[in-house]
Amino acid sequence: MTNIADTKNAEALAAANKVSDYEWGFSSDIEQEFAPKGLSEDTVRFISAKKNEPEWMLDWRLKAYRYWLTMETPHWAKLNIPPIDYQDAYYYAAPKAKKQLGSLDEVDPEILRVYEKLGIPLEEQKMLAGVEGARKVAVDAVFDSVSVATTFRKELEEAGVIFRSISEAIREYPEQVKKWLGKVVPMHDNYFAALNCAVFSDGTFVYIPEGVRCPMELSTYFRINAENTGQFERTLIVADKGSYVSYLEGCTAPMRDENQLHAAVVELVILDDAEIKYSTVQNWYPGDAEGKGGIYNFVTKRALCQGKNSKVSWTQVETGSAVTWKYPSCVLNGENSVGEFYSVAVTNNHQQADTGTKMIHNGKNSRSTIVSKGISAGKSNGTYRGLVKVAANADGVRNFTQCDSLLLGDQCGAHTVPYIEVKNPTAQIEHEATTSKISDDQLFYAMQRGLDQESAVALIVNGFAKEVLQQLPMEFAVEAQKLLGISLEGSVG
Amino acid sequence: MEFLSKDQLVKMLNINNLHTAIGDKEILKGLSLKINAGEIHAIMGPNGAGKSTLTYTLGGRPGYEVTSGAVEFDGQDLLTLAPHERAAAGLFLGFQYPVEIPGVSNVQFLREALNAQRKLRGEAPLSGGEFLKVARAQADAMGMNMDMLKRPVNVGFSGGEKKRNEMVQMGILDPKLAILDETDSGLDIDALRVVGEGINRVMRKPDKAVLLITHYQRLLDYVQPDFVHVLAAGRIVKSGGPELALELEREGYAEIAA
Repeated sequence: MTNIADTKNAEALAAANKVSDYEWGFSSDIEQEFAPKGLSEDTVRFISAKKNEPEWMLDWRLKAYRYWLTMETPHWAKLNIPPIDYQDAYYYAAPKAKKQLGSLDEVDPEILRVYEKLGIPLEEQKMLAGVEGARKVAVDAVFDSVSVATTFRKELEEAGVIFRSISEAIREYPEQVKKWLGKVVPMHDNYFAALNCAVFSDGTFVYIPEGVRCPMELSTYFRINAENTGQFERTLIVADKGSYVSYLEGCTAPMRDENQLHAAVVELVILDDAEIKYSTVQNWYPGDAEGKGGIYNFVTKRALCQGKNSKVSWTQVETGSAVTWKYPSCVLNGENSVGEFYSVAVTNNHQQADTGTKMIHNGKNSRSTIVSKGISAGKSNGTYRGLVKVAANADGVRNFTQCDSLLLGDQCGAHTVPYIEVKNPTAQIEHEATTSKISDDQLFYAMQRGLDQESAVALIVNGFAKEVLQQLPMEFAVEAQKLLGISLEGSVG
Repeated sequence: MEFLSKDQLVKMLNINNLHTAIGDKEILKGLSLKINAGEIHAIMGPNGAGKSTLTYTLGGRPGYEVTSGAVEFDGQDLLTLAPHERAAAGLFLGFQYPVEIPGVSNVQFLREALNAQRKLRGEAPLSGGEFLKVARAQADAMGMNMDMLKRPVNVGFSGGEKKRNEMVQMGILDPKLAILDETDSGLDIDALRVVGEGINRVMRKPDKAVLLITHYQRLLDYVQPDFVHVLAAGRIVKSGGPELALELEREGYAEIAA
């Protein structure tokens, strides 16, 4: 398969050869920041070498790559995706392919308008838009310089928290990483997970030691590093016994990104009495009003509640991407373990989202809650797809699922696909679902009180999504509220 | 109340030969009405006369198409304004069926609405604290519990509570002209009195005006109108003083409108 692809793509072959020549020179100084276009074992080796990875890591990647070659793209989701040419993409350092801009004047005015609506400070706008020389200033302006970041790091280290890029962690804490990497989401789990295992570019590793409550939300820090979010992110968070951490991923501001294909993997491990709260705001480029362009977002997120009384809570606000394929899941192995999934997914214009969760109840008395709010507008389609599974020996399991869909206009679609597999008669499973439209009565009522149409839509939609939004950390909840309104602009009237 | 002499009258609303259609169907067929500041007018009429259409047309509801005629409100051409601009200009509609907005508290709703109006008028927004002070005063005056103001807009409210909530909203937004569409429907006698008192307290002022739209005389026992009009088949067919309402009550619309 590789050979066929290579001969098809002479450019890729030539580039791959060039890399092979280059390979031994890696450890010294390399200006080359790109892996050549296309995907082959050489690409995988390039990435691994670029990151100074140990042999075991490279072997692991290659194994995943070879497995990926035997797999097929999943087709079961309600998504209409044109075939993806995996040889026509860059697999390393592509985020840095962002063109440096001289000033904000060169930024798409549409994006600037959104920044303004979100109330993002000017300097931070520059950073997000990739304006030359903006980064340091932005960090200074927003977070009082790099020293703050260092302070954070010091405070975390004093608490014993390990918070590193995954590349650093692989080098500095190989045993910790080795112990859990690929244990929650095995490399053969699915097509996109296998792809991620082979070519993941970077990501985050967090370890919270026994009994430690992480002294800060790991969000502020992340925000400084937001520009490092890559195409193939890999995140691994381990919460040891009795620990707690709240992690926030993403950014409400639309990110300029040239990459079309995103395939991230997030693995969470939660031991006895520990808790992880994981919040996501995803606002990648959704494509234009005609459905051209936009990110394909194929994400595998899973939490392993291994310990007794362990708890995980996923909260996501998904407004971006042309295609979203994402099911943050909970494997509830521990007795009395708890899984929660709170989701708002907005689709507008030609966006497509197929998202939901899996609650796998293996532990006795494990409990789960699913609250999904789908909002569809324009010509978009949103699907909730969720599995609740109860193993034969898991007594006393409870699940509550609520799926609400809100439609704006008459050309969009909302779909709910719940799968329930129960093998234990003591389980209590509840599923509630509603579908409604924003009514003309509601809109006119709000407008008669003084709100313009966009504000009225935003208000009603935020009310609809409230149960989920209130799960977000405070400062993000406010931004997420604005974001919902912005995502639905022009969808009514 | 004291009346201004004729040359002191301040025009509030001037509806001139208004025609409104919903789709192909003409509902208002040349309606004219003048309301001055300080006045309370009542429009009565049988079902299907066009009472709600008049309310929605003045509010600017999409789907209610003005095919001819003019409406001047407080010196502005009302018909060129969007619904929220009409609100900011000082127009308030009391809805016959107040709408539920799940997940949005009354407090949040009204604060956003009031500040949006203030912004359009070039006034500074009220802070959370300032707003709560105003809201609490109005809720107290209407005998409404603050807890109800924190609940989602009209969700789970009884018919009477919804109408009372409309009056609290009117008090908070403090409009120049309130058009109250069957605000009395679904109210028991106690609630009717409270709502009536609310209208008097907020709106019976020399610089404000009210247009009451109602089927029945009973609200007019509490809110004494200066003028009563009979609306039938899309037009005002008769106007008079408060005694006209009593006459209607006695003799029915058919007799008067004929």
